[in-house]
Amino acid sequence: MSDDTDPEGFYEITMSAAVEKTSQAAEVWRRLKRNKAAIVGGIIVSIFVLVALLAPLIAPYHPNEGDLSKRLTPPSAEHWLGNDALGRDVLSRVIHGAQVSLQIQVVAVLIALVLGTLLGMVGGYYGGLTDHIIMRLMDILLAFPGIFLAISIIAVLGPGILNLMLAAGIYSVPQFARIVRGSVLSLKEKEFIEAARAAGESDSNILFRYLLPNSMAPIIIQTTLRMATVLLTASGLSFLGLGVQPPSAEWGAMLSTARPYLITAPHVATFPGLAIMLVVMGFNLFGDGLRDSLDPRLKD
Amino acid sequence: MVRYILKRLAMLVPVLFGVTVVSFSLLQIVPGDPAVLLAGEDANPDFIEAVRKEYGFDQPLYIQYFRFISHAVQGDFGISIRNREPVVNLLIQRFAFTVQLSFLSILVAAFIGLVAGVISATRQYSIFDNLSMVGALFGISMPIFWLGLLLMLVFSVYLGWFPAGGSGGLKHLVLPAIALGAASAAVIARMTRASMLEVIRQDFIRTARANGLKEWVVIYKHALKNAMIPVITVFGLEFGYMLGGAVLTETVFSLPGVGRLMVEGIFQRDYAVVQGSMILVAGTFVLVNLATDIAYALFDPKIRYE
Repeated sequence: MSDDTDPEGFYEITMSAAVEKTSQAAEVWRRLKRNKAAIVGGIIVSIFVLVALLAPLIAPYHPNEGDLSKRLTPPSAEHWLGNDALGRDVLSRVIHGAQVSLQIQVVAVLIALVLGTLLGMVGGYYGGLTDHIIMRLMDILLAFPGIFLAISIIAVLGPGILNLMLAAGIYSVPQFARIVRGSVLSLKEKEFIEAARAAGESDSNILFRYLLPNSMAPIIIQTTLRMATVLLTASGLSFLGLGVQPPSAEWGAMLSTARPYLITAPHVATFPGLAIMLVVMGFNLFGDGLRDSLDPRLKD
Repeated sequence: MVRYILKRLAMLVPVLFGVTVVSFSLLQIVPGDPAVLLAGEDANPDFIEAVRKEYGFDQPLYIQYFRFISHAVQGDFGISIRNREPVVNLLIQRFAFTVQLSFLSILVAAFIGLVAGVISATRQYSIFDNLSMVGALFGISMPIFWLGLLLMLVFSVYLGWFPAGGSGGLKHLVLPAIALGAASAAVIARMTRASMLEVIRQDFIRTARANGLKEWVVIYKHALKNAMIPVITVFGLEFGYMLGGAVLTETVFSLPGVGRLMVEGIFQRDYAVVQGSMILVAGTFVLVNLATDIAYALFDPKIRYE
């Protein structure tokens, strides 16, 4: 970009784009602030991230050390959410569970984001056979309905937390690939891309410095919403026993071990489920809010 | 139209090929001798050798794949090492159950979703609209397995209205169907509401009203009919997703469906069962999607696939 063969008008376009960007961010923020649902979602997500990061500091007890004399005791002043079948403090386990969940979500969504964005950009930009092959590969992944894809991947790789992250990640690749491809397809006909090409920019520059930044809005929205889906998928897999294994304090695994005591001690199963629901809701609200703010045309 | 259907059918070929490759590769990726994996570790050496010959595990991969496919096409998915029964028999029994459950769930979801969506749209921003949209948010945010446990706790343990699990008549399916259908009901409600809102703002609805038609005729005959077109696609997709989500519901309520069969297969290293379940569920999902796309093309005269 630093060569002086660039036509003057070209710099103007990029500069005006930069100016537009700051005002656009301010505009997005203004719209987001007015959206009550998005604010609620943002607050839930922030609390979740804080709890996850500070888990060892704020958890009142050790997540895996129990007092058997307190087996399945209901919530009390000492143990706000009661104790589980091994006398462990449910609140501390839910707090530590936030950390486990956040880790899984971040790694899985990153895998999906990187792979999906790359595949989508390459397919959309180059088109032709490359695009065709990539999209058929995505179709194959999408042929496994919902969580069934993640289960099938676990069937091949075997259970465990690393494979869980991989499975939940691969599960979300097609969504990113499709959205980024769509965005690239509509962008590549635009004048500023033609201008960049005419100015002799390399393909990788066009992909990463022009197309990617301009596809950020749908990518950010998808990333937020996928955090919700990945949490549901990962906790579901752990509930089935295919993901995080007990005694790890993972919400889905906690629910699964609480099942036999559903009648005698319903609180043990209630709180991990509530945690999953609240966090999923937070990401959904925030993601929907972002969509409305980043792309007002999509609002109904 | 015929051309579109043919084109759509042609797209099935690479997808089904991919699905079978994924299922086939299961035995190749899992550590261990595929013949031993299929025959079971405690099988006698003669049987293991017979399996090796039958599936061609001593041959190159493409021949193995070819044998795998030609067996599968004939409905031969091998023998379950746990149940000592042909996998295809297990699949048929269990799959019939899952389809039954999914079908009931989509009925529940369609009923709740359509009613909530239409009323929400016709009374936008009313208390009902707000409540049903909050309900929809809960629907898409609640983990199926947790909702299932809560339903079980309230309606079987406390109220005693429905059995807590197991199979047997329709009564056993009510709670699982609600648990499985909740998320879809939410999606359908949102979709119906959005679609209805768009349609009732259009000119032809204003004309219908101006012509003095009764409000319910305008809404249910003219608006809903047009608003349904995008919603139909959602039905198909949601029905397909239920085949996947059924894994969790079946586990929570201890139901004999294909999802639970597959998960048990994974735990018991019953690979033939896992392979068969993968092909069956993915294959069905692909066909359901095909049917949905064709239905969509038939219903929407505006769409032309050229």
